[in-house]
Amino acid sequence: MADLRSEFIGIKSPNPFWLASAPPTDKEYNVRRAFEAGWGGVVWKTLGSEGPPVVNVNGPRYGAIYGADRRLLGLNNIELITDRPLEVNLREIKSVKRDYPDRALIVSLMVPCDEDSWKAILARVEDTEADGVELNFGCPHGMAERGMGSAVGQVPEYIEMVTRWVKQHSRMPCIVKLTPNISDIRGPARAAKAGGADAVSLINTINSITSVDLDDFAPEPTIDGKGTHGGYCGPAVKPIALNMVAEIARDAETAGLPISGIGGVTTWRDGAEFMALGAGNVQVCTAAMTYGFKVVQEMISGLSEYMDRKGFTNTSELVGRAVPNVTDWQYLNLNYVTKAEIVQDDCIKCGRCFAACEDTSHQAIAMSEDRTFTVKDEECVACNLCVEVCPVDCIEMVQMAKGSVDPRTGETVGDYANWTTHPNNPSATAAE
Amino acid sequence: MSHSQLTEGIVPGRLDTEGYCKNFTDVAPPLGVQEARIAADRCYFCHDAPCMEACPTSIDVPLFIRQISTGTPEAAARTIFEQNILGGMCARVCPTETLCEGACVRMDSEGEPVEIGALQRFATDTLMAKQDHPFSRAPSTGKSVAVVGAGPAGLAAAHRLAMLGHEVTIYDAHAKPGGLNEYGIASYKAPGGFAQAEVAWLLQIGSITVVENWQLGRKGDGDLADLLGDHDAVFLGMGLSGVNALRLEGEDKSGIRPATEFIAELRQASDLASLPVGRDVVVIGGGMTAVDAAVQSKLLGALNVSLVYRRARAEMPASLHEQEHALTHGVSIIENAAPVAIHGNGAVREVEFAYTRSGPDGLEMTDATFRLPADQVFKAIGQTLGDTPAKVEVAGGKIKVDGAGRTTAPRVWAGGDCTHAGEDLTVTAVAQGRDAAQDIHHVLMEG
Ligand SMILES: Cc1cc2nc3c(=O)[nH]c(=O)nc-3n(C[C@H](O)[C@H](O)[C@H](O)COP(=O)(O)OP(=O)(O)OC[C@H]3O[C@@H](n4cnc5c(N)ncnc54)[C@H](O)[C@@H]3O)c2cc1C
Ligand SMILES: Cc1cc2nc3c(=O)[nH]c(=O)nc-3n(C[C@H](O)[C@H](O)[C@H](O)COP(=O)(O)O)c2cc1C
Ligand code: SF4
Ligand code: SF4
Ligand code: SF4
Repeated sequence: MADLRSEFIGIKSPNPFWLASAPPTDKEYNVRRAFEAGWGGVVWKTLGSEGPPVVNVNGPRYGAIYGADRRLLGLNNIELITDRPLEVNLREIKSVKRDYPDRALIVSLMVPCDEDSWKAILARVEDTEADGVELNFGCPHGMAERGMGSAVGQVPEYIEMVTRWVKQHSRMPCIVKLTPNISDIRGPARAAKAGGADAVSLINTINSITSVDLDDFAPEPTIDGKGTHGGYCGPAVKPIALNMVAEIARDAETAGLPISGIGGVTTWRDGAEFMALGAGNVQVCTAAMTYGFKVVQEMISGLSEYMDRKGFTNTSELVGRAVPNVTDWQYLNLNYVTKAEIVQDDCIKCGRCFAACEDTSHQAIAMSEDRTFTVKDEECVACNLCVEVCPVDCIEMVQMAKGSVDPRTGETVGDYANWTTHPNNPSATAAE
Repeated sequence: MSHSQLTEGIVPGRLDTEGYCKNFTDVAPPLGVQEARIAADRCYFCHDAPCMEACPTSIDVPLFIRQISTGTPEAAARTIFEQNILGGMCARVCPTETLCEGACVRMDSEGEPVEIGALQRFATDTLMAKQDHPFSRAPSTGKSVAVVGAGPAGLAAAHRLAMLGHEVTIYDAHAKPGGLNEYGIASYKAPGGFAQAEVAWLLQIGSITVVENWQLGRKGDGDLADLLGDHDAVFLGMGLSGVNALRLEGEDKSGIRPATEFIAELRQASDLASLPVGRDVVVIGGGMTAVDAAVQSKLLGALNVSLVYRRARAEMPASLHEQEHALTHGVSIIENAAPVAIHGNGAVREVEFAYTRSGPDGLEMTDATFRLPADQVFKAIGQTLGDTPAKVEVAGGKIKVDGAGRTTAPRVWAGGDCTHAGEDLTVTAVAQGRDAAQDIHHVLMEG
């Protein structure tokens, strides 16, 4: 078993799997059970200012997207920050931290955008001896209407300002949680760094409407005939989150800024992927809400088995390992030529590759009388669609050797060459 | 009547009421909504799907399963019924393991096909429960067609003809329509009076008159010339009403009868406890009829049931699935043995068999023999064509038809078990009835 102990901005935890700030971390009862189940850390459900807590709707707050067998692929919520009194939360945080000193306990915060509000709450959080704070600049519904959450997260200047206040008024490590509801994630990340953030975490949920009730003609979840957009999370958002994490990891201005990866982490593999793209650890919400706290046990065993296989002794050896390989399209090797190849022994003859290629792509798969499917190299552009639709994963992409002739283009496979120097590229030609 | 399984002879009431109930309920209970959804999710929506190819009625299986998975089982049922108006019965009786499910690509990947038959039943049951008939008739063509036989072939032909706007009269020798759906299919495959319910639902299309207790060629009923005089075309879907004999001495002893007769009686019994069955039952044959007779004897309380087939098990016409069904119900299957003598004094006591082997001229008897105790013997060695009109050519014991179902007699079509193209399957009979109807329509409208 590989050692999964992880240290993130100086905060130690027995493994890099934390629970994200959300219902699973909304109270002592939950968090104690989460720690018992093995979670390395938690980010407590977002706290608001002193005073009467926010209220939630009293009708349904979730909507979902399903895959086969009603497997939950995407979850949408219109829940707000904690609706329990601040004092209760703070008391519970203190008690849990005292009993679990080896686990990471971060407190998520969202208060109005003025220095005093932040100053006031920081003092009280420090008193709990929590390991750090996370600034929730992400919540896309409800709180944003009140000038908080993503309303702050979408304005880099505000992010920088609030982060600076937090660093000024507290000695605690500070993570800034980013909203994905923005066109370029690098802006908010740079602002967080400029404000002195120790790390960023991302993504919070994505603005979404999951479905429409076709009898009542209202978005779901429907509250008394009306619905509102909510925040989307779960396996479906992972690709969006991975890209945003990678963008920050490879941006010259933010390179090296610690990242806590969030969004659709469901298995050890998802976690490892985030880490390879630069996340120092990961946070999980939907997977726990779907399957319960026990899912972390698979994440732990899976990651540790993977690390053993790779010979990694510390998670830091994995973190960022894929970042150098994330590049721009223009630098991709146009002389890397592959052809799809069907492993006939494994093919079950469903014909989906054929339908996909014939109807929607390049007519590069032949179907014989007896349902043998073969790739026509002279037509195959190696788009990978057949690979993606094959239900038994029996199509491989085989690289053509340098010096061989691509039967589709008649051109010889040469050395690395990219778009920047391609004859069809007007800028390349102009440069000559 | 206080009989038990041990009582000798052919007696009723071997089981208690509960026993009969348990033994004759639905052999494959219907899928619930949740089960159907999970089962439907397994379909890959194959291109030019092999299952569809393997279905004799070419039901668009991937489409109907997708319709189920998107929560529209009624649309799924319509997809099924467009190709196979007896899709409800077929879902219950098709040997899917050798048809659609046998061809399912999931067999290749994991040896477990998509449950096409059960899903077909889910969809068709949903629509039929609403008493909703999804088709309507085309404007009347003024043509009329006689259909002989109200079995699957005749019903499918009649429905298609009615849909196309023709006036149809179905003539059947039995008191109830349905053919073997009503008188042959094992009772646990379509319990609850499904055969009659299905016929009633099918007839909702309208313009179909059913004449019962009318036998073609019987004095007082009518012959082919009469039908051709009254109608523009005739479709023969008469099935096989005769049975093959063992041709053994002692075959007339009491206790020996055709399996089909026993099954028909069982299907019509209002109280299974009143139906007598032997303690030691021997079934001779290797097809679906033999299996059904053997299993149902066992379910009625027979103590020992042996099914004896003259060739190897692998060659049995009954599918592997059916053989297993028999074995799990406690039927012993004896292969490579043929009956040579029937012993007993008035009533059968024992059947003597000789082991067989295959020789240069086919099957040969060996000298090795054995006897099985028997108080009841069912013959299930094949059915035969009943009397057919002289003008209709018969070859190899079946009515000769071309690809479109045309017989050698003008204006006369045929389909189902009575033709050489029949495969002794409900679904094939449906396909042939439907296709002949299309051809009849074509000819009538052209002429
Ligand atoms: C015991 C048994 C079990 C079977 N189990 C299955 C099964 O599980 N699955 C499966 O797919 N297939 C099964 N089959 C086969 C299936 O039942 C037949 O293939 C199918 O019923 C053939 O349909 P048909 O319309 O051609 O004939 P039939 O169903 O035999 O119908 C013929 C009709 O014609 C009528 N008729 C006959 N002669 C005349 C006449 N002279 N005048 C008027 N009417 C006449 C009869 O009364 C009958 O109603 C089974 C068959 C038997 C015997
Ligand atoms: C019901 C619900 C409530 C949430 N509440 C908060 C919150 O109070 N504060 C916060 O920072 N994020 C909140 N989130 C966002 C999650 O912490 C997390 O960023 C997001 O769900 C993506 O991770 P996942 O795909 O693992 O769920 C909430 C998510 C859900 C589903
Ligand atoms: S999709 Fe895969 S399994 Fe299906 S035919 Fe193509 S290669 Fe074979
Ligand atoms: S009719 Fe029979 S063979 Fe055809 S798809 Fe349905 S169950 Fe399968
Ligand atoms: S072969 Fe199987 S998986 Fe493919 S369409 Fe038919 S039922 Fe679905």
